[in-house]
Amino acid sequence: MVDATPWLMLLGAALATYLWRGLGVYLAGRVGEGGALLDWVGCVAYAILAGLIARMILLPAGPLAATSMLDRAGATALGLAVFLLFRRNVLLGVSAGAGALMLMAAGG
Amino acid sequence: MPAATRSYASTSAAFRGGARDILGAPLLVLGASYVGFGSLVRASGLDLSVGLLSTLTGWALPGQMVLIEAYAVGSSLLAMIAAVALVNVRLLPMALVLLPGLRVPGRPRWWDYASAHLVAITGWVQGMRVCPTLPPDQRLPYFVGFAGVLWLSCVAWTAVGYHLVTAVPASVSLGLVFLNPLYFILVLTADLRNRARLGAMVLGGALGPVLYRVDPEWGLLATGLIAGTAAFLADRLWRRRHG
Repeated sequence: MVDATPWLMLLGAALATYLWRGLGVYLAGRVGEGGALLDWVGCVAYAILAGLIARMILLPAGPLAATSMLDRAGATALGLAVFLLFRRNVLLGVSAGAGALMLMAAGG
Repeated sequence: MPAATRSYASTSAAFRGGARDILGAPLLVLGASYVGFGSLVRASGLDLSVGLLSTLTGWALPGQMVLIEAYAVGSSLLAMIAAVALVNVRLLPMALVLLPGLRVPGRPRWWDYASAHLVAITGWVQGMRVCPTLPPDQRLPYFVGFAGVLWLSCVAWTAVGYHLVTAVPASVSLGLVFLNPLYFILVLTADLRNRARLGAMVLGGALGPVLYRVDPEWGLLATGLIAGTAAFLADRLWRRRHG
């Protein structure tokens, strides 16, 4: 039996994503920027992202579950430190953090 | 309106100029992140076609990551789509602020609706920075050249990540899967000036793992609503007290 879930979730996600972009175009010029509603929506979106990232690092679901919490926390801290030290260079920070995790995983 | 400080010979030159500007950091950073996304798709037991279609139709990495992660932990369809919808609400104010500035009289409105699909963090930041300095008729072509080519190249990066994750040693594929959460930590850290959003992130980061333990399916949505609303209200209160 073919599982339809991936296709339904893709369709739903595509609609749930374009909806906001289309509404943004539609509402342009109709609502004021900096309104309370937009502020609240921004806060909810940031909280969801932060919650997801914290969960992915602290309680990973996929292959990352094989690494130790200490390795993941250390690699995250290193990536963040390199990012802040090198004038907020995202590429350097990401490479340092992911590279560190690779080395720690390879070293066992 | 700022004076045009940058200009191309024609609208098609503006399109090519936008496409050229992805070379460098945007392509490398976003490319690496989509390699990470492709790896995540494979690691979550989904087909390559799901990853490619997600990048094509659901373009904007946070929502894509939420979708694949929700699938990986076995959420229901409704919970997955609700989480994607809430994460992507931020695209509304982004489209609302950017697209009116790219408009010229006489160009059909469907251009706005079509190019809105390309609104995502990297292209939006570039569009907000460069487009106001271009002559009005070159702004939309420049944005579509930049964000459109970036979008299509990330479809290819998704495929690269999908194949790379099993072709490399296990330790390297762990690093690839790790790219996504790390990339977002850094991008979000770069955006910490807004007090309300900073509060939302700290509270959300603390609450996320706890509520996931309580209810893996709806924990993320509850995290967003509780932490986001608390941070929003705290910021309003603070503003009222301190002007």
